[in-house]
Amino acid sequence: MTKKVAKAGSISRRRLLTTASAGAVLAVSPFRINLLQAEEAPIKIGFPVPLTGPYGAEAQDQVRAGQLAVAQFNDAGGLNGRKAELVVRDDKLNPGEAATRTLELVEKEKVNFVVGSLSAAVQLAINNVTKERGVIFNSISQSDAINEAADFSKFTFHEALNPHMTSGAVGRYAFAKFGKKVAFLTADYAYGHEMVRGFLEVGKEFNIENLGDIRHPLGTTDFSTLLPRLQALKPDILCISNFGRDQQIALKQATDFGIKKSIQIIAPLLSHASRVAAGPQAFEGVVGGCSFYWGIEDKFASTKAFNDAFRKMYDGKLPTDYGALGYGGVRTVLEAVKGAGSVETDKVVAALEALKYDYYKGPQYYRKCDHQSVQSVLVIKSKSKDMKNESDVFEVLSTEEPNEKYLRTCEALGHKS
Amino acid sequence: MAGLSFDLIALQLFAGLALGAIYVLFAIGLSLIFGMLTVVNFAHGAFYMVGAYVGLYLISIGGNFWTCLIAVPIVIGLFGLAVERVLIRPLYGRGIDYPLLLTFGLSYVMVECVRIAFGKTGYPFDTPEVLQGAVDIGVGYFPLYRLFVIGATAVVLLALWLFLEKTSFGLIIRAGARDPQIVRVLGVDVSRVWLIVFGIGTAIAGFAGLLAAPLQGVIPEMGGTILAEAFVVTVVGGMGSIGGAVLAGLLVGVVVSMTSLFAPEMAKVSIFALMAIVLIVRPQGFFGRAGLMS
Repeated sequence: MTKKVAKAGSISRRRLLTTASAGAVLAVSPFRINLLQAEEAPIKIGFPVPLTGPYGAEAQDQVRAGQLAVAQFNDAGGLNGRKAELVVRDDKLNPGEAATRTLELVEKEKVNFVVGSLSAAVQLAINNVTKERGVIFNSISQSDAINEAADFSKFTFHEALNPHMTSGAVGRYAFAKFGKKVAFLTADYAYGHEMVRGFLEVGKEFNIENLGDIRHPLGTTDFSTLLPRLQALKPDILCISNFGRDQQIALKQATDFGIKKSIQIIAPLLSHASRVAAGPQAFEGVVGGCSFYWGIEDKFASTKAFNDAFRKMYDGKLPTDYGALGYGGVRTVLEAVKGAGSVETDKVVAALEALKYDYYKGPQYYRKCDHQSVQSVLVIKSKSKDMKNESDVFEVLSTEEPNEKYLRTCEALGHKS
Repeated sequence: MAGLSFDLIALQLFAGLALGAIYVLFAIGLSLIFGMLTVVNFAHGAFYMVGAYVGLYLISIGGNFWTCLIAVPIVIGLFGLAVERVLIRPLYGRGIDYPLLLTFGLSYVMVECVRIAFGKTGYPFDTPEVLQGAVDIGVGYFPLYRLFVIGATAVVLLALWLFLEKTSFGLIIRAGARDPQIVRVLGVDVSRVWLIVFGIGTAIAGFAGLLAAPLQGVIPEMGGTILAEAFVVTVVGGMGSIGGAVLAGLLVGVVVSMTSLFAPEMAKVSIFALMAIVLIVRPQGFFGRAGLMS
């Protein structure tokens, strides 16, 4: 009896070894790719975002909400049973790293689509790769350049707001209310430059006076040497155009220097994750824009549904602005896949162009010429008291409804109409 | 841009000195360890970061900022002792690059451990209530907390100076730095001296991290930027010279501040330009002893 058992054991061991080595051979052989390409292989969405570095807090929210969109797609049966999968990579907020990771996603992981990025500069590096390889890229981070003919391709979509829309909405609100003398503190790269350009553009309508623009490098940890100068300019409004940890530190130190006593601080974008990471004190009274705030759930059923699904998946947590973009970016692509009934690039492009959607923040659509998502911009103010929960951080002051007149014209962007 | 006035320049100069105080506090620990042990401690930024996190943790379990000022250096100092005893000590007598590589790797391990324990996202760190707000210093308003940091730096420097110059243990440390062999022949346990020096150096790094937390919040990567700047300070001041680190730290602060006023885009580069100029004129830095690296 014992002998028999031992014998059976040895056979199974041998079989195990054979299977394992066959598996290993298969794993390294080119056959594997063919197998994975079979009908049942998942629909892969590459997701390069800066998980480490100054924008890490926001990037992690993008991933969480992106995962939710994938889970919903899969729970609803996928594309005739074919499931989707998010392949997340850390681009470290570095254009070179992002290009390498994207190339790897396209070549090695064979992703069907790319959604992601969180930097006006880095997304252009990703777009360069996807454009060349003919892969659809839906960017979920602010940029004006990505709309322009030079960077645009038919594979390029832009779910996020762009600086022109954002600074336009915030400028129209703030310049009418807080005064005409404006000083700028700006992150010295595409995001900051595009925001300031937008503010100055809308400022013409209000005859604002530009007292000066002080630029700081991305990733600055001490603003103490820049703030006295800004204070001495005696502006009505100090416009701080930076993001992530730079924004957290700049607002914290501006508060310490007592700038808020006499000057209204505005920011093109107030990031939810940064507001939570920096605490209420630093952001108190600051006015800025955003693409999404969970509090608009009273207004839109889609927001309510998105919030509830997110709460359910993440232990009662509420989604943030950049999280919502991760969700929107992935969901639009997957809905287009469903609509097209295929993952073929050309069919999905056509389906995305035809999409009129309301998935999380009210009605949106991609403008035909530059694939910019036409959508609302919220103007918000940071709260420091009467907060009902840890996500109750902003108050919506006004909403700029979706309208192509707030975008630069297709001709201005260099597209043939 | 218009609006340059005497008050603004004076305030800017002061902001530079305040910034310099933070550089000094960070760099003296680095310089102390190098001067006495010839160990280039690449993990110094990580000790600084862990100091901030220990402070954050102590406050979250009911401590306050003032008890942290005592507790954090003790905790980080003990941690430093353990690191020296277990990791650094076996490398004495080998090339200068051995402990350099070890501490470089250690810094990655420490940052990653903090990411696992506390998450990748940063935390806010409130300025203690009595130190909030700005005060009029005659030429303009300046944050009270930054004045406190200058004071705290001065206290640490004074204590360190008294310890090294006025105590018999300080005498042994200085002698050990000059010629460890003779000190050993005289019957002094040099390895114990080095252990304590490393502990003190890391304790100061932890203290600096705690002081920096209310200025910029707490994040696992916070030690990275300041490490690069602190190396410039130690190189300009002369590797291993504490007096040099103080002078160079303040100078770097003022140079950054003044370039910020006239050409803010150049502020970051100005530090390295200063280093290049000093190294051309005086390769060993202000007060460095030539040949310490060889």
